[in-house]
Amino acid sequence: MSKILDDLRYADSHEWVKLEGDIATVGITDYAQHALGNIVYVDMPEVGDEVTQGEDFGAVESVKAASDLLSPVSGEVVEINEALEDEPELVNQDAFANWIMKVKVSDPSEIENLLDAAAYAKVCEE
Amino acid sequence: MEENLTKTCLHDRHVALGALMSPFGGFDMPIQYKGITEEHNAVRHEVGVFDVSHMGEVRVKGPDAYKFVSHIFVNDVTGAPDGQIFYGMMCYENGGTVDDLLVYKVNDEEYFLVINASNIAKDVEWIRKNAEGFNVEITDQSPYYGEVAVQGPKAEETMENVLGIPVKDIAFYNFKTFPIDGEEVIVSRTGYTGEDGFEVYGSHAFTQKVWDKLMDAGVQPCGLGCRDTLRFEVGLPLYGDELSADITPIEASLSMFVKLDKPEFIGKEALALQKAEGVKRRIIGLELEGNAIPRHGYPVEVDGVQVGEITTGYRSISTGKSVAMAMVNKPFDKLGTKVEVRIRKKTFPATVVKKRFYDKSYKK
Repeated sequence: MSKILDDLRYADSHEWVKLEGDIATVGITDYAQHALGNIVYVDMPEVGDEVTQGEDFGAVESVKAASDLLSPVSGEVVEINEALEDEPELVNQDAFANWIMKVKVSDPSEIENLLDAAAYAKVCEE
Repeated sequence: MEENLTKTCLHDRHVALGALMSPFGGFDMPIQYKGITEEHNAVRHEVGVFDVSHMGEVRVKGPDAYKFVSHIFVNDVTGAPDGQIFYGMMCYENGGTVDDLLVYKVNDEEYFLVINASNIAKDVEWIRKNAEGFNVEITDQSPYYGEVAVQGPKAEETMENVLGIPVKDIAFYNFKTFPIDGEEVIVSRTGYTGEDGFEVYGSHAFTQKVWDKLMDAGVQPCGLGCRDTLRFEVGLPLYGDELSADITPIEASLSMFVKLDKPEFIGKEALALQKAEGVKRRIIGLELEGNAIPRHGYPVEVDGVQVGEITTGYRSISTGKSVAMAMVNKPFDKLGTKVEVRIRKKTFPATVVKKRFYDKSYKK
């Protein structure tokens, strides 16, 4: 059974987001890391890039395949998790602690388009 | 789950082991059990076993068997001792590849062909169609045979000690048949991993028994995920990636298996012409700078213009480097050529290298 944290919001494409003020921290879920298997590369955006809700901002790659990352929020990338450049497997170890990017959101109300923990749990059960 | 997937005789074992299952060549096959990396390393350093029962088997028998095999196969089986195996392709008249296969010479009047799962129906039709006028009997034995591949440096001792099959005297690319439990079992020193290893063909019941013995002995079950990473690292082609109806063996940089000095075979004229004129494109190896991973279909560019595309790419598990096989236009196929690979929105510099990213360690 995958871990789902109650205080986060989720995209049905398996990204999580934590909004604090106008800064959103974004990662992939425990369900996603488990489904991908050994993660060998995280293709991250660059600081200063504009991201849009529902559009791709990078990719995570397992040995076998690449999976696009879709941004759960819109705004400007203000920080990326550089630790993942050398140790992408950190995402397998703890997908919630090892975030991928932080975004200064342009529209905090977009968060309402996302799923809460209970609704995301249902997506994972399907 | 796709419809109409065939299950191999080991399917229930895979499910019980908790394997990740996925469709491949019309079969529901195990992709991984423990993880691609662990399974890959088991084969490189110890031993692993694959269910390859999805592969097709065709027996060619009759007075014209030698003549017929020579007609449909680009390699040359002439003068081979009984028990020898040849790798090569069947080609269309235009030189495109019908399939790549192994040809086991039982004797001059009997050959055993091992073909790709995804091509069984097409190959059998092609073989039958071209057998007109030859005194041969063609039997598709794919439904009868199960097959496991025992691969890795400890394959020989596993075959001898766990399965009790005396394989020490079988040379690389040779086979023997053993009467076991009232049936003829075929054991060859072949594989698709770049390591020493054996492939074992028998009835479903026999294959299940072999698999269970290997599991009881703690041999690592290996899925198609690491079968692909292993074959890729040693530059072996996969039909659908490096070979296809649109890709000739010459373009796939596999000329060494095409014997143009043979009197005749299907596709000879087209391949001889291509060899003489030189190919316009061919399969090469690429090594990327950085950690991004090239995947099948990604464009290869020079000065922003596409000159080819990736056929297979991985972060090599054995070396840690991002490497690929790619089909590129001439003259960008030369060793040392600098190109760029487009991966999503960015391009990454890469260099043309030999398409062997890891040295084979066959026991010859």
